[in-house]
Parts: sequence; C-alpha cells; structure tokens
Amino acid sequence: MAKDKLMDFDKALEQFEPVLGFEVHVELNTKTKMFSGAANPAHSDNHDAAPNTLVAPVDMGLPGSLPTVNAEAVKFSISLGLALGCSIAPSSRFARKNYFYPDLGKNYQISQYDEPIAFEGSVDVELSDGSIVTVPIERAHMEEDAGKLTHVGGSTGRIQGAEYSLVDYNRAGVPLVEIVTKPIFGAEHRAPEIAKAYVQTIRDIVLSLGISEARMERGNLRCDANVSLRPRGQEKLGTRTETKNVNSMRSVERAVRYEIQRQAAILAAGGTIIQETRHWHEDTGTTSPGRPKSDADDYRYFPEPDLLPVAPALDLIEELRAALPEPPAERRRRLKAGWGFTDLEFQDVVNGGLLAEVEATVAAGAAPAAARKWWTGELTRIANVQGREASDLATPADVAALQGLVDSGALNDKLARQVLEGVVAGEGTPQQVVDARGLAVVSDDGALIAAIDEALASQPDVLAKIRDGKVQAAGAVIGAVMKAMKGQADAARVRELVLERASAS
Amino acid sequence: MSEITPDLVRHLGVLARIQLSDEEVQRLTGQLDAIVDNIAKVSEVATPEVTATSHPIPLENIFRPDVVGDQLTPAQVLQNAPDTADGRFRVTAILGEEQ
Amino acid sequence: MTDLTKLSAAALADKLTAGEVSSVEATQAHLDRIAAVDGDVHAFLHVSDHALDVAAEIDRRRAAGDRLGPLAGVPLAIKDVLVTTDMPSTSGSKILEGYVSPYDATVVARSRAAGLVPLGKTNMDEFAMGSSTEHSAYGPTRNPWDLDRIPGGSGGGSAAAVASFEAPLALGSDTGGSIRQPAHVTGTVGLKPTYGGVSRYGAIALASSLDQVGPVTRTVLDAGLLHDVIGGHDPHDSTSLQDAWPSFADAAREGARGDVLKGLRVGIIKELPDAGFQPGVSSSFRAALAAMEAQGAEIVEVSAPHFEYGVAAYYLILPAEASSNLAKFDSVRFGLRVDVPGGTVEDVMAKTRDQGFGDEVKRRIILGTYALSAGYYDAYYGSAQKVRTLIQQDFDTAFGSVDVIATPSAPTTAFKLGEKIDDPMQMYLNDVTTIPANLAGVPGISIPSGLAEEDGLPVGIQFLAPARQDARLYRVGAALEAVLVDSWGAPLLERAPILGGAR
Ligand SMILES: [Mg+2]
Ligand SMILES: [Zn+2]
Repeated sequence: MAKDKLMDFDKALEQFEPVLGFEVHVELNTKTKMFSGAANPAHSDNHDAAPNTLVAPVDMGLPGSLPTVNAEAVKFSISLGLALGCSIAPSSRFARKNYFYPDLGKNYQISQYDEPIAFEGSVDVELSDGSIVTVPIERAHMEEDAGKLTHVGGSTGRIQGAEYSLVDYNRAGVPLVEIVTKPIFGAEHRAPEIAKAYVQTIRDIVLSLGISEARMERGNLRCDANVSLRPRGQEKLGTRTETKNVNSMRSVERAVRYEIQRQAAILAAGGTIIQETRHWHEDTGTTSPGRPKSDADDYRYFPEPDLLPVAPALDLIEELRAALPEPPAERRRRLKAGWGFTDLEFQDVVNGGLLAEVEATVAAGAAPAAARKWWTGELTRIANVQGREASDLATPADVAALQGLVDSGALNDKLARQVLEGVVAGEGTPQQVVDARGLAVVSDDGALIAAIDEALASQPDVLAKIRDGKVQAAGAVIGAVMKAMKGQADAARVRELVLERASAS
Repeated sequence: MSEITPDLVRHLGVLARIQLSDEEVQRLTGQLDAIVDNIAKVSEVATPEVTATSHPIPLENIFRPDVVGDQLTPAQVLQNAPDTADGRFRVTAILGEEQ
Repeated sequence: MTDLTKLSAAALADKLTAGEVSSVEATQAHLDRIAAVDGDVHAFLHVSDHALDVAAEIDRRRAAGDRLGPLAGVPLAIKDVLVTTDMPSTSGSKILEGYVSPYDATVVARSRAAGLVPLGKTNMDEFAMGSSTEHSAYGPTRNPWDLDRIPGGSGGGSAAAVASFEAPLALGSDTGGSIRQPAHVTGTVGLKPTYGGVSRYGAIALASSLDQVGPVTRTVLDAGLLHDVIGGHDPHDSTSLQDAWPSFADAAREGARGDVLKGLRVGIIKELPDAGFQPGVSSSFRAALAAMEAQGAEIVEVSAPHFEYGVAAYYLILPAEASSNLAKFDSVRFGLRVDVPGGTVEDVMAKTRDQGFGDEVKRRIILGTYALSAGYYDAYYGSAQKVRTLIQQDFDTAFGSVDVIATPSAPTTAFKLGEKIDDPMQMYLNDVTTIPANLAGVPGISIPSGLAEEDGLPVGIQFLAPARQDARLYRVGAALEAVLVDSWGAPLLERAPILGGAR
C-alpha cells in the first residue's frame, strides 16, 4: 500500500476548513439481546462466554425464527435519547437493512431508518481549556450488532490474504444505539480534540446512565469519524470519508488529525477525495481505504414486517426523564468541589477520560487524591506504553482495593505498583496477586532484625558511624536490608529497627 | 414497457447474491418485463393522500421482558453447519471489507 | 371394521376417547394408506419413522387416566414450511435438503402438546411460492381427483394428503391462498385465520406481513378443532394477537345445527363478475348461493373497487419481503453449500443460491430486489402498501352492509400439470380471489361447493369475514356444508376416484 502524503496540520488548517461528523455505536448492557432472549455478551455476566454459546434462533437467522423487542433496551434507548437532549418520537419503527455478510445471521440488520426513536438533540462538550462546544445530534436509533469474524491464515491476520474465516454469533443481536451527529462546523484546529472530547462525553453519559459498560477496547463503544474539508470561503461541503474501527479515544483524536492532513495533501495537489469508508490502523496510526461505496450499498430498506411500531407513552418518557442523572457539566462541578482538586488536577482526570473511574474508585472507599493518583499516574503510564485505555486496564474496585492494601501497610508504593501490574496482566484482584506473587510487606520484625544484624555485622564502619550519631549513614544498611528482603519491607520500619539495633549492640 | 434490461437483472443478481447464468439473465429479463408491466399499475391508485399499510392488523408496543430464554446449546447452533472449526462456522475467504 | 382413514377427525377422536380404537391403530391405518397411495399422490416429503411410538405414548397416557385434549391420538400431516425437531424441514427447497430444526414451530409444539400424532411433512411449492406444487424441488404432488392435475399450491401436499385419506388433518400456510386454493381444487376445507390469530413462529417465512398458518381438513368442524389447538397468542411472534378467541369447534357445531343462514347477509363482489371464472366454477358458486338463499340468507352485491389492484400489490409486497426473508439461505450456517474452488465466500453464496433455488424462487427474489432497490421503492413497494390500505377500506365498507363476503375460491378447477408453468403471470392470476384477504389480514375459508359440470372436478366457495371474526366463518361454513352434504347425500370426496389400494 502506497504511503499517504500528509500536509502539515497547521498548514492544512490555513487552507481548509474541516467539517466533522460522528456515528457512535453504544452496546447496551441489558441482560438479553435486542431481538432475542439469548444472554447479552455486552452484560458483565457474560464476558467470558465461549463462541456460539449465547445464541437464540433469530440471532443466527434460523428458518422460522422471529425477532421480539427487548423492553429494557427500548427504555435504555429512550433514556439515552433524553440525555442527548433529543425529542422522543411519538412513534418509531424498525426497518431491515439488507446486505449479505457472513457475520449477519439473517443477511439483514434490523435497524431504524426513517423513523428513529430519538432525534434532534445536542451535547455540550468541554475541552481541556474549559471551553464548551455544542455538538448537534441528528438522531439516535436502535439496532442490533453483528457477529464476530476471525480471519485465519495469511500473514496479517487481517481480512486480506486470509484463507478462511470463522464466525461466532454471540455478538449478533447485541442491542445497539447508534448516535449520529449533524455536521459539526467551526471546529478548526481543535477538530481532533473535539472528536476525542465528544466520544468522552458520550462515554460519560452512558456510564452515568448505567446502560453500557462503555469499554472501547471491548467494542462496547465504537466511533466512526466523518471528516471532510472545504477550501476557505467555499460554501459547499467537501467530500467526506468515514473512518471506522477507531477503538480508543486517543485514536479518535489521531484519526481525525490524520484524515485532515491526508485530505489536505490530496486537495492541495489538485486531487479529489473519494467518498469511502476508511479503516483506522492503531499500529501504524494511519487510515486505509475500505470497500468503495458502490452499487452493492443499495441496502433496500423497508419497514420490518415482523415487528411493530414503538410508541412510548408520555408518562414513561417523563418517568425516564425524571430519573436522568445530572448533566455532565454539572456533575463535573460537583465532583471537583467534592474532591477538592485543583483546576490542573481535575483537568488531568477529565482529559484522561477518567472521571467515572475516579468517581467509582472513591465510591469504593479510596481517598480522592489516591484514586486520582492511580488513574492519572501509573495506569495512564501503562496505558500509554501498551497503547490501550487506562479505563480498560483495571476496575475501580481493584484500584480501591489496592489503595486499601497500601493504607493498611500491607504494601508499600513499590510493591503496590507490582501488584497493579499483575492486575493489569489479568492475574486477578490485588489480593489474589499479592497472594500468588507473595508480595506482601514483611511485617515480621524477627526476620527484619536478623537481616539488620547481618548487615550491621558485615559493615562495621557504618555501625561505628551510626553510633557516633551520624544517622544518615544508616541509609547504606537500610538499602542492604531492603535488597535482602527483595523490597518487601516497610522502609520506615527498617530505619527504626536499624537505629535501635545499632545502639543496642 | 418497463425498464427491465439484462444489465439491470444482472445487477439485481449481484444484490441478491445469485450467480445468474447468461441464459437465466435473458429469460428473467423477458419474464420480469411482462410481470412489471402488469404490477406497475399499483401506482395508478397510490395517491399521496393514501397512507401505507405495512401491518394488516395495527398493533404497537409489543415488547419482551429482559429475561434470558430460547438460548440454543452450542451443539444445536452448529448442528446444521456445512463446515465448522473451533466451535464456530467456517467460511472461505472474504473479499469485501467489514461493514 | 370401519376404515379409520375415512373418518373425520372429530369422529375418530370420539372413537379414541371412547376407547373403541387406539391411536396406534388409527396411526397404523394412515401409515398403511400412505404406503398404498402416496406413490401416486406424492403428498409427503417425509413420513415419520416414530409416529407409532408417539401414538403408543398417547394410548399409554389415556390408559393411565391422563387428561387429554379432544384431538389426542389423531394423526396430523404437517406442511414442510413448518419446522420440526424430529423430521427434516425443507420448505420444498433443495437449499434446505436434510435440514433439521433445533426447535419446533409453535403450531407444531401445540399440536404435540394436544396429543396429535405427526405423520410426516407434506409437499409444497418451494418456499410456498406457487399455486400448483409443481415448484417443489422434490417433484410435484398430484391431485387425488385426477393424477394428471395439480393439487393447488403452495400447500398441495397437505390438501392432497387429507383428500386422499392419508391424514384426517393437516397444517398449511396461506400467504396468498395457499390453504384455500388447494382446498378448492381437492374438495377439502381450508381456513386462513385472521392475521395474527395463529403464531408464525417456526413457519419458514415467505412474506411476513401476509403469511398465516391454518388448518387443512375434510370438514369444517375438523378445521375448528385443529384451529382451537394451534391458535392464540404466542409471545414469540410479535404480530400475534392477544385476543381471547372463542372455540372455533363450538362455532362449527353451532353452525351445523343452527339456523345461522337465516337472515345472514352475504356479499358478492361486483368487480368479480361470473365472466372471470370457468363456467362450471361460477355455476357451482351460484348454486351454493341459491342453497343459502333457500335457507333464508340474503345475497347483497357489494363493491370492492380496489380488488383489481390486489394481484399487482401482492406480487410486489410478496417478492419484496421474500427477497429479504430468503437472504438467510447463504451456505454459512445451515443448508446447501456449493463449493467454488479458489472462490471467496461471496462466490460460494452466489453459486449456492443459484443452484439451491428453483426458477420461481429466483424470479421472485430478483423481482423483490428490484421493487425495494433505490429509486423504485416508492413507485413499487410503497405504492403496493397503499393499495393495501385501499383494499382494507373496501372491506370495511363492504362489511358495513354484509356479514360475510362470498366468492368462488379460485377462477378454475384443477388445471393440468405443466399447463401454466411457463407463464408466471397466468399462474399469478390464479390467486385473484384469495389475495385480498391476505393483504387486509381478514380471515377466509374455502369449503367444497360441488363439482364443475364440464370436468367433474371440485369447486370451492370462499367466505371472508371481518378481522377477528374467524368464528363467523366456522358458523357459516358449517351451515352451508351441512346443507350441501345433505343435498349430495354424502361428502363430496365420496365421489373422488378410487386410488391405489382399497378404499
Ligand atoms: Mg452507520
Ligand atoms: Zn449502525
């Protein structure tokens, strides 16, 4: 594949105005699927299900099977629509989107087309400088997810060159809400940041509603980013591309930046942009063309004859509206005050997309400062190294438990970081990692005293200095003891004991 | 006369994933042309003020409680599969990109 | 001893209840009959190899004093469009050869629960597309009245099975007449319920907004008994009605003994003049109307100006929905797979669908794909949905002045095998009288009205009632049936030629 030419970002912005648009798919965490009673793999109970174990007849399009609508998924969708400031349609209906693909059991997707459940809303997105951008929402509609394909053979593990593919229908039929924005104008050089902040805000909203696990790495939240450029002063919108497979908030930001730079280079050279879907490649930080939009994309939508209109009663809508959590901006003000963070500390949490994580960690018993420190510090560092999201590395309960072990003196900072590594590596809860790795601080003074006495005996000069009152010389002994204890000792206690033993012997 | 042409029939075959032979395309073009001439008359009475009926008996808000049921065993899921591997359905290489 | 296969289901059920016969005996009699005549008729695609075990279990339960349903122990033939866990379900298509469903259709599950004994799966036009059962991938079914003629379709197998005494009861499905038109050409009874009256769950979908499952029998009472078993709300089918239905068997009994024809207002449709029908069909129809009048019914002409657009609307809606419903047959999860060496999965799907589907199925899928494709939707599918509204309005207006509407069930008696197979549009026009009921969702019944004078073949009369008034059809159908059978001296099927072995 030829390498894309890119234009410098600032230069691109001088010549062109970027126009953005997003389609975010949210997997709902209902107990069962959108159109069948099969257990929902996007619910926390079912994460580890083996392939094709969460399948009802309609999920795999068995002859004679019929879809039925999950009442809870409808409620979740209405709540989400309301939280996005949308109007709820007095009557909406499902449609069939027809296309053949092996992950689609029926070879049509049940979605909503001309009559979505929620329409015309807006979301306020806060940027790192504290400014607010209002993103207009066109619609939010209910639909079902497709199954999962694994491509086998060939060198890349990707679709190209694979010898064969394997299909698992567990994910087929998982309830989705697709949130579609209107074109976003005026983003300018903040376009990449707005992209990231928008997805972050959607994530905050669905988490506060409790309707999705919202883990991007798991595909609970997926963003397709539309980018087009138009020359400065031009009224008409440019041709857009739709970048799919953007699986982290960081990537959303990078993908938008990349597309602006790529399109600008083409346009500046007198080329034209092809309307197409493009795939984001996390490893190379680039996009590549998918199948061009062709006649094969005639989806032949028509009203789903197996299902009936959804016409939510006004009192249901009002009941759900009354139960909405506070809006994100209000929530931030409240949390910041409650936690006592400085502006900088708080922005750190917000920019990391870690508000919900810190909040949940505090709720699980950790002090706000400690919760912040773990999420924006060590976990963010590991996430950057691994190219993942901090929120995907550990649960708030794990972090709170880890801090609890530190607070009780069972772990020191260094050990706690090792335990966290174990948690991130999937070795279990902090306590399980401590047990399995044998990482607890040695609190048995007997063992410490033996090691201290040995160290003092082997360094008589140091012992002499301590006895002379040069207490800072104790450092060498402490270091030797910590080494002997493989770091699993409380350094402060070791220091106390060293001074005690030096004066006693 | 309707606008059914061999090219259109071939295109419809692609959309419907049916590998039509040239002979089939020719035959279908003639037959569909005759059929469409007959059925196109629906537009004579389908004036804008007439509403469309997609369900013969109008109902709305038919929902299922969010309770697990109807789940098949993996053996049932795979029992009619033409080809499987690792508990999954096996298909030959895919040309197009994911949707 | 009486020939158990000649009994109506109701009479057989009485003997079973009274302990005069066992279900094993009744089932064996029908299996013997199938062995004797089905070589000629070919009503069955599959005969159950454990029907006798099921029958023995019913007998055991009866002996143990279990409370059993009124039809317990009576054999039942099942149209192959309905999925079954213990027999293959092919919907008459090569693409589903050997397919065994991991779940039972709701109507099958309810039949089993009621103690009915599944005998086998009956032949049909592939995916229920056709009016002659000639489009089955497994060869045609023949009409017991004349083996060179079609048994109707798509449910020709179910109708032929009951007409040739291979089964007292059968299940059918009716998307545009597939229960009623076979009843017409085989001298049997078939009823398409109100849309939503019987669950579609497990019926391999042809056109979701038109399909209904219903009973195929030799008497109106038998149809009511079977309808009572299979009907009612099913949460697996969102379009299933939650109404509390009356007993249709009771309605049939009431019709047979009462004077329901007295004062009954029977509508005949101005836009369906006699000229549109084979002379023997319209004269049989007129004679049946006269018999009703003689019992005090009033014949009223009503207008249904949009019925003439019904066939056109139907042949847009059906192919459109079918093109989508049949997309699932793609070689990935079940059914036929035709390998394409070096090909992609797209090639395999396209090749499989070309070889697995018959000509009529491909024709309708392509037509439906066209009707839904970008740029044509409004003119075709959208317009057809509006015609549906207009036909419903015609029904509403008509039922404002009449209790039921009567029509001949189909334009002609059974035609010869092969006669119309190369002219799809001619074949489609067969459904002109039955289609409006599917488009509007109203119930319809076909019962024998007699034989056409020119060819001696059966003719059916169709009654239509407002949505949810299925019981009215049982009352009226049973009343006319009683009058006609009385005038003939015996059921019409007594006059059918003798098939195969002993009758
Ligand atoms: Mg989309
Ligand atoms: Zn979507």
